[in-house]
Amino acid sequence: MQPSLRRATRLRQGFGAHASTRRHGALICFLLLLVVSTPLVAQQQQPEPPKQTDEFVPISQLPPQDQLPAAPLLVTAYAFVWLALFGYLVSLARRLSKVQREVERLESDIAKGSRT
Amino acid sequence: MPKWFMPLAGINAVMFAAAPFIIASANYEATMGLVQKIFYFHMPSASMFLVSAVVCGIASARYLFGGSPRQDRLAYAAAELAVLFGAITLVTGPLWARKAWGVWWAWDVRLTSSLMGWMVAWAYLLVRKYGGPGSDKLAAGLALFGMANVPFVYISVNYWRTIHPKTSVVPTLPADMGMALWFSFASFLVLFVLLLRLRVYLEEERTKLDALYLSLDE
Repeated sequence: MQPSLRRATRLRQGFGAHASTRRHGALICFLLLLVVSTPLVAQQQQPEPPKQTDEFVPISQLPPQDQLPAAPLLVTAYAFVWLALFGYLVSLARRLSKVQREVERLESDIAKGSRT
Repeated sequence: MPKWFMPLAGINAVMFAAAPFIIASANYEATMGLVQKIFYFHMPSASMFLVSAVVCGIASARYLFGGSPRQDRLAYAAAELAVLFGAITLVTGPLWARKAWGVWWAWDVRLTSSLMGWMVAWAYLLVRKYGGPGSDKLAAGLALFGMANVPFVYISVNYWRTIHPKTSVVPTLPADMGMALWFSFASFLVLFVLLLRLRVYLEEERTKLDALYLSLDE
């Protein structure tokens, strides 16, 4: 290896070691800060516990967030109507075409029989 | 099939395509809100269920006392439509009730008598299918009970204490709600006529088939 190249390698290794030590130090500081500050932040953000219920207060209307949504029921009802009517129509058409095919087959059989 | 069938089917398809727009343009009901719009298909299907039961009963009576096979075919077709429209009524009703009353079902006079009518229609079909020879007369007798139940279903909300809306809500509807209701009603009525004719035609074809098999045996 050339002397200049060896020097450059030594310098790079030395710089790398210094940088690594600095990174570790910063990480330890950050973790310490996190450990110290977490209980303080948690203490600040914690909501007050709900008061103990000592009576039930009646209301005549449910609050909006508790009400059953109407749209899924409406959509289900209309979808069922369309599906039931369509299904019945398909079933009727299939039964009709089956009977008509059989009628045609028998009529042709009878016509053949009468010819022979 | 008669000449009027296909043009009327086309008109009915247009009516059903337009119905959701007319229903959407009607005002909301003050206490029930959006879910009340189920009414515009629920009430017409319930009416067609009752009309089917009456047609089935009258045709069955005429078959029992007159013996006309044509009336028997009409009764059979109407019973099947009673099951179809009854199913629509009994499914859309609880979906509406869940929101409006807070329950899916209540053993209320209107609901219970409707369920009974629907079960009689099912019984008619089952007797016809599995009853063997003579089941047509037996089923016709059953259809008379199905028809007798109809006035009971209709007046039940006015005579007994029930949570179902009274029949008086229909004549008191405001113009936009009334328009949506009667348009849907007309659509279901035309559909009922079309389906009844198609179902009777199926029975006519089956009769023709039976005659052909008999002629082959001879």
